[in-house]
Parts: sequence; C-alpha cells; structure tokens
Amino acid sequence: MTTHLNTVASEWFKQRIIGVVLIAVAAFVILFARLFYLQLVEGERLRHLSVNNRIRLQDIEPSRGLIFDRNGMRIADNRPAFDIYITLKDARPAEKTLEKLAFYTDFPIEELKEKIKKGRGRGAYKPILIRQDISWDTLAAIEVHKFDLPGITVNVKPRRHYLDKNGAAHLIGYLSEISANELKSGKYPGSRSGDFIGKFGVEKAHENYLQGKHGGRQVEVDVRGRVIRPLKTVAAKPGNNLILTLDQKVQARAENRLSGQVGAAVAIEPDTGRILALASSPAYNQNAFVDGMSAKAWRALNSNPDHPMVNKAIQGTYPPASTYKIVTAIAGLEEGVIDQDTLIHCPGWFKLGNRVSRCWKKGGHGKMNVIQAIEQSCDVYFYQVGLKLGIDRLAWHAKACGLGTRTGIRLDREKSGLIPTAAWKKRRYGIPWQQGETLSVAIGQGYNLVTPLQMAVLTAAVANAGTRYRPMILERIETAEGETVFQGAPEVTGRLSMTPTTLALVRRGLFDVVQGEAGTARRIRTRGINISGKTGTAQIIALKSEEEEEETEVEDRFKDHAWFVAYAPSESPQIAVAVIIEHGEHGSSAAAPIAQDMILAYLRGEKKN
Amino acid sequence: MFDRRLAQFFDWGLLGIVVLIGGAGLLTLYSAVNSGAVNPYSAFFLKQTVWFCIGFVLMIGVFLFSYKMFEQWGNVIYGICIVLLLWVEWFGKYVGGSRRWLEIGPASLQPSELVKIGVIIILARYFAKTVNTRGLSLRELVRPMILTLIPVAIIVRQPDLGTGMVVVLIALSITVFVKIERRALITIISGCMVAVPLVWFLLKPYQKRRILTFLDPERDPLGAGYHIIQSKIAIGSGMLSGKGYLQGTQNALDFLPEQHTDFIFSVLAEEWGLVGSGLLLILFFLLILWGLNIAQSCRDPFGNILSVGVTAMIFWQVVINIGMVMGLMPVVGVTLPFISYGGSSIITVMMGIGLLMNVSMRRYIFE
Repeated sequence: MTTHLNTVASEWFKQRIIGVVLIAVAAFVILFARLFYLQLVEGERLRHLSVNNRIRLQDIEPSRGLIFDRNGMRIADNRPAFDIYITLKDARPAEKTLEKLAFYTDFPIEELKEKIKKGRGRGAYKPILIRQDISWDTLAAIEVHKFDLPGITVNVKPRRHYLDKNGAAHLIGYLSEISANELKSGKYPGSRSGDFIGKFGVEKAHENYLQGKHGGRQVEVDVRGRVIRPLKTVAAKPGNNLILTLDQKVQARAENRLSGQVGAAVAIEPDTGRILALASSPAYNQNAFVDGMSAKAWRALNSNPDHPMVNKAIQGTYPPASTYKIVTAIAGLEEGVIDQDTLIHCPGWFKLGNRVSRCWKKGGHGKMNVIQAIEQSCDVYFYQVGLKLGIDRLAWHAKACGLGTRTGIRLDREKSGLIPTAAWKKRRYGIPWQQGETLSVAIGQGYNLVTPLQMAVLTAAVANAGTRYRPMILERIETAEGETVFQGAPEVTGRLSMTPTTLALVRRGLFDVVQGEAGTARRIRTRGINISGKTGTAQIIALKSEEEEEETEVEDRFKDHAWFVAYAPSESPQIAVAVIIEHGEHGSSAAAPIAQDMILAYLRGEKKN
Repeated sequence: MFDRRLAQFFDWGLLGIVVLIGGAGLLTLYSAVNSGAVNPYSAFFLKQTVWFCIGFVLMIGVFLFSYKMFEQWGNVIYGICIVLLLWVEWFGKYVGGSRRWLEIGPASLQPSELVKIGVIIILARYFAKTVNTRGLSLRELVRPMILTLIPVAIIVRQPDLGTGMVVVLIALSITVFVKIERRALITIISGCMVAVPLVWFLLKPYQKRRILTFLDPERDPLGAGYHIIQSKIAIGSGMLSGKGYLQGTQNALDFLPEQHTDFIFSVLAEEWGLVGSGLLLILFFLLILWGLNIAQSCRDPFGNILSVGVTAMIFWQVVINIGMVMGLMPVVGVTLPFISYGGSSIITVMMGIGLLMNVSMRRYIFE
C-alpha cells in the first residue's frame, strides 16, 4: 500500500527523522571520542611536541641528472656541498651564536648579520641560509663545536660539477640560482627559491628532465633544534641523465686547438646530423657560475671584447667567404649557366663597368673548369658565374642550402644569418641592387652572413649527397635507473637542390682542394685518409688597396677571418667539420689544420676503440 | 504581507545557537589572524564581521517571505545558480590554481557555495511531489541525479573537490531521507560495487596515487600528512583547558596551514582545550537537532525536506571539517560553518538558517 504524501502524513516523516537523529548522534559521538582521545589521552605527549615545534620538515634536494657524451664519458656530475643554516628560534640568543660562529670559522660577522636581517620575518622556525658551500676545514670546525652553536645546522646538498674546466662550456651551459622573476614565470613548477636551474645551453634546454624532484623528511628535534630522529622520509627523485651525441675526444681536440684564439668549430655526423663537437672560443669556466661568481668577475666576462659568453658556433655570424663558392657552383650548375666543360679565363682581375675586381691570385689562374675553380678558389670564375645567375637565383640556392635560416638546433639564441636578395636590399636600404654587389656575394663577401653551424650542416649535406638534418645534440634521456625515457632520432629539415652530376662535380672540386696539386688546402693532406674541404678568407675591410696588403703589417682586428669546411673520408664521409678563426687570416693555415685534427681525432680515435 | 502572528512564532532558540556559534567563530578568527608573527591577514577579522552582517540581513530577507515562494521559484533559483557557476567557469578569477571566484565590486564570491542552497531547494521541490511511503523508484531518481550532477560536474572542474563532495552528500542525504525503493536501492548498490573496481582499473597510476593520498594523508608526509600531524599536535596540546586565548603556539608560529579557514578548529582547540572545543561540538550538535526538530514538526513535505536538506548541509560540513583536522577524514577543503573565514561560506550558511527559521515560523500557520 502506497500513500502519496502530498497531504500531511507527518507520522511517517517523524519516523524518518528519528533515523536521521540516530545517525547524527553516532557521528558526534565519534567526533567527541576523538577529541577526548587527542586532548586527554594523548594530550601530554602532543603538548610536549608543541613546545618547541618538535616536528619539522627538512628539504632533501634532488641530485641533478648527469650529462654524458656518446661514449659514456662523464661531462657533468654532482659533488656534495655543505651549506650552513641558522634557525632563529633555536639559536637563542642569535647574536651570541653568530659571534661564536664567526669566531670558530672566519666568516665576517657583519656579513652573517646581514643575511639574518634579510631572512627575518619568514617565521622563526624557518632555517635561514647563511653560508653556502663551506670548505672541509670550516665544516670540521663547526662539527667540533656543534654543541656550542645552537640553532646552527649544516645541510649537505648535491651541487653541479663540470669535470673539464672548459668542457663544452657553450654547448652544455651552466647553472645558477633561480631568480625571483623566473620563479614567478611559472616555467619552473618544480623549483623553489634557492634552487639552481640551467641558464644556458643544454642545461637550460632540458631543465625539466635534469632537475629531478625534491624530497623531504619529517624530523623530531630537541629544544635546541637538533634532530633527535627522522620520522618519515620521502626520498628525492634524481633528475634524468642526458646522453649527448657529442664525442668528447673531438670536442676536447677542438677546444685545445681553439684555445688562445677567437673562433668556433663544429663537427657533425653527415648521415644523421648528430653533433660530434661544438666549440666556441674563448670559453668560460662553468664551475665559477655554480660556485657563485663575484660581480666583478661577471662584469669582466661580459665586457671582454672577445665575448666569451657568446656561443660563436650558433650565435656568431660571419661572411662565409670562399666556402660560399660551394653554393655558387651548385647554383651555376643547376641553373645551367655553366657545365663541367665550361672554361673561364682568369687573368687575375675582372672588369665590370669601370670597376675592377681582383682575383686573390695576382697573376691569374688562366683557363679553368668548375672543378679547378673550386680547387684553386678562383674568384674570377665565380664572379662570372654569379653575374650570369643574378643575385636572386643565387640567393634561392643559398636558402635551399640552409643558409639564412636557423638550423633548428635545440639551443637558445641561435642566429639565422643573412642571405641578401634584391628585394631585401630595396626594403632595407631603399636602393636597388647593383650588379657589382653580386660579384662580392658570389664569393661569399658583401652582405652574406652565416653561422659556423650552418656551414657545417651544408658541408654535411654535400657529404651525404644532399640531405640537410636538424643538428641533434640529445642522443637519449635515461632515468637514474637506466630506463630510456627519450630517444633522439635524426630529423630531415631539407634537401640541397642538385642532380647527381652536380654533386659529383662539386665533390670532385672539394676533393681536389686537399688532394689536388694546386689545392688551396693541400698542406693538410693526410696519409691514409682522404679529406675534402674548402678554404675561406673573409675580408674585414671590403676594399684594400694593393700596397696596403703587400707592405704593411695589418693591425690584428683588421685581419681576415679564416674559414675551413671539410668532410672525411671523402669516399664515405663520417664527419663534417666547419671551423672559423677570427682574424686568423688564411683558411688554409689557421683553420684547416684544426679541422684536420678534429677529423683525425674522430676517425683514428674511433679505430682504436 | 508580513503576518503579524509570525512575530510571535519567531525561533529565538535557533537565533541564540547561531549567535553563540558565530561569536565563537569571530573570537577564534581574531586569534587565528592576529597572533601569528607576521599577519597579512589582519583585515580578515573586520571583513568577516562585515560578512556576518550581510549574512544576517540575507537571513532576515530569506525568512520574510513564506518558504512556499521558494518552492514556486525553485527552478529560477536553481537556474541562476547554474548560470553563476558557468559564469565563473568562463570569466572567473584564477586564484591558487583554481577558478572559483566571481568578483563583485570589492568582494569576491564563490557561486559553488551558493549552489548548495539551490540544490537543496530544487531537490526538496521535486521530492515534495514524488515522495511516498513505498520509496522512490529508479525512474523517479533519474531527475534528481541529473539536477545534482550538473552543478557538481562544474564545481569539480574548477577544481573544488571539497564543495563538490558536500553537494553530493547533501543530495544523497535528502534522497535517502525520502526513502529509496528497496529494489532500486539494491540495483544502485550492486551497480556501485561493479563500477568502483572497474573505474579503479581504468585510472592511471598517478590518479590512483592521488586518491590513495587523499584517503590516507600519511602517504604524503611532506604535504597533507604533515599538516594533519601539526593540526593534531595543536588540538591535543590544548589538553583539558587550553593554552589560553591568543596563546596558541602552533597557531602563532604559522605551523597550521590555512589556519583561518580549513584548520580554524585546531586554533580553537589549542587555545580553549577540551572545554572550549567540546562546547562548540555540543552547540553544533544542538543546532543539528534543532534543525531536525523543525523538520519533523513541519506538516508540509516541502518545508520538511527543505529543513532536512539545510540541516544535512551543516551536518556534513561540521563532520568533515572537524573530522579532517583531527585526522579522521581525508584532507579536503571544506569550511567549518560560522567559524571559517570566508564571505560565501558565511552567506550560504546564514541563508540556510534563514530557510530553517522560515519553516520554523510558519509551521503552525497552514491549518
């Protein structure tokens, strides 16, 4: 029998309410019982714990992921560092404790007081960091007098350590303390104030993988803030390890050879785009950043005219000089303005209108074909090719070669360089393109600007028969336990537009640069390994009079930049290299031997393994 | 329109309990925000007093008109609540990782709090028509389920799990109160028994971890687990008579999280001991009984169910909040009615009290 309750049936409701009351009574009895238990049964113990806030949290910092080269050589790891903290509530009286601390160690007392002033107001139980990374002697002194220093605690934490003093400084980058703005930006959700984060290079690019996760422990402390026992611990999760494509042997060789000079060197695996070495000189000491750099040292670094903080391999833009003749040759052959039989006579100069442009070889090269023109780097030959092509067709091929755009390497601040076109000049300067300008562009001077990395990618593409790859640094990411979480893979970004015939001609020319009788880089010819390459000498002053060049010693900063790009072995290339030495004068003498050394370090070093 | 006879039925007892609890709340809030070493919150006490005044006015507003009006306008009230929720979803203020605030001039409001009242009214309205002694069939349960789940879904997305849970609990309480048909009940329970393991199976490991941590704060000794330990220390260290007003050390030293909102009971228990916190529990218990008494003496199903709903709202928030700070319940953001700082919370609970008074005053008039 069902009764609808639209009318009054309050007896039924009353019964339901009684049920509800019983539930309420039960719930409140439980609450009461718990309150009774906490405040009377456990009250004594809990009050004791409350007196000095006996249960506290301590942070456990994760150790940052390690960085290895492709052969498992360690590039960056962590070392233990000891930091001193003071907890004001435990260090009563704080003044006296500080004085004692200053006495036992030799920290200037004023500096300590300053730190405390800044840290005040954060709650008296929050430890204030007063000194980072103390020496072993200081640590010993503090440990010995521990009982005389209430409220002073020493915390061990892992700190970044770069094994080589200049180990790929620009590629790897460095760490420093996270800034207030970076904390606010929300880009570093796992980081806290005081943490170190990657600020440059790989350390920055893969921060999220490297940083790991904070852990912590609940501890019970005594009246003076000393830990009696840990209650619960959550282990910190170490960051993931990076295995780079870098080959430390090649990298070290490049850095060695660059030291004392200003420049950059890049080596790439032609078939995949893996970076084998990426060096920029002068470099900086990465550990100095982690250990804390003085304002003075920082200013010195930044005001150094040789720009040690700039990664010249990706941020430095230079005229490609004669290395650009590779592009002009490709463009000429592809556009049909020359072929393998085209002979051009070089008398040592070329006249356009009433302006005379000279070849680097004063007597002239005589009659030559494209292979010989590359081998001997004949300017007149390429003036004519450039003139027949016109600036825009030349620029189209340069862009197809990857010049004038970023290579897409996963590093910050890469520059794109510049490949001029007629439209670009009009837009930029409001003046139409002059034919004479095409001449200097054809031999890699003029407005042309490229980065060493772009030249390395281009050389690698010639070496692998025409494919451009995105330069790859990261081979693999592994957890601390060795489980792979990311596997890098080669990525094609473009193709050189050339037929096999063109390719064969250009490669033959590059082969002869080193192997030919008249090759401009014949002095790096190496027994057992055929190297192909191209020299370049980038002029700093556009037009030099003959006498000046001959007679006077040119001031250093006006000396030409020396280029060399190469790949080897010529038959089946395994490494492609680009080297630039600022003010090195001649590609053949300043840059080529460095490239040769890097090639040998890779090819011969590999054989030994 | 205001019947003079109503004045003589005014529920002074209910008002008395509310004033006592509210007074204790303001007193505790003052301590919570003023004895900490640094307090960026000191304006909270003044603001809360203002909120109480607004709540008081709203309470009067709610009981001036007969609650029958709320039955008539139930759909509209519910609709407004949903619109406000959606408004927040799209235009709300983002605070601390969730979007639950609506800015109105200088104040901000959480529509998710007001929704509780809307859901109570709409469910009372529906059940008043369908209630019968046999119990509700599955088919009759579909509509209330949808009416509840729409706002809950929006609230959980904000995300505000605590409030969403309270809305579900209120709806469940009302539904169980009006009785579910035995067959329907068996179907629902067995359905849940199948669904829960199935859903668990489908969850990702990190989602499982979060649920486990929610159920057992000890699993997170650096976050929720640590807060609960500190809260238990605060409560227990109050012992029988407390450390004295404004003398709570756990409170003063900033070791209670959210000491002015979710963990405010710990402040009271630390400073007033078992005497004070026990008294507050008794007052809450009295309030619950009072609400239920109003419900059982009302002769009209809508008023009856409405009163049960409001009482359920207060009951669950008290039990969950106090249970949580004493380590009996999962850590979830639910405010303690009348005590926790927060305008929306105060306004909502005062409007609830207005509804109870409304029913209480008019229960004798309908004959």
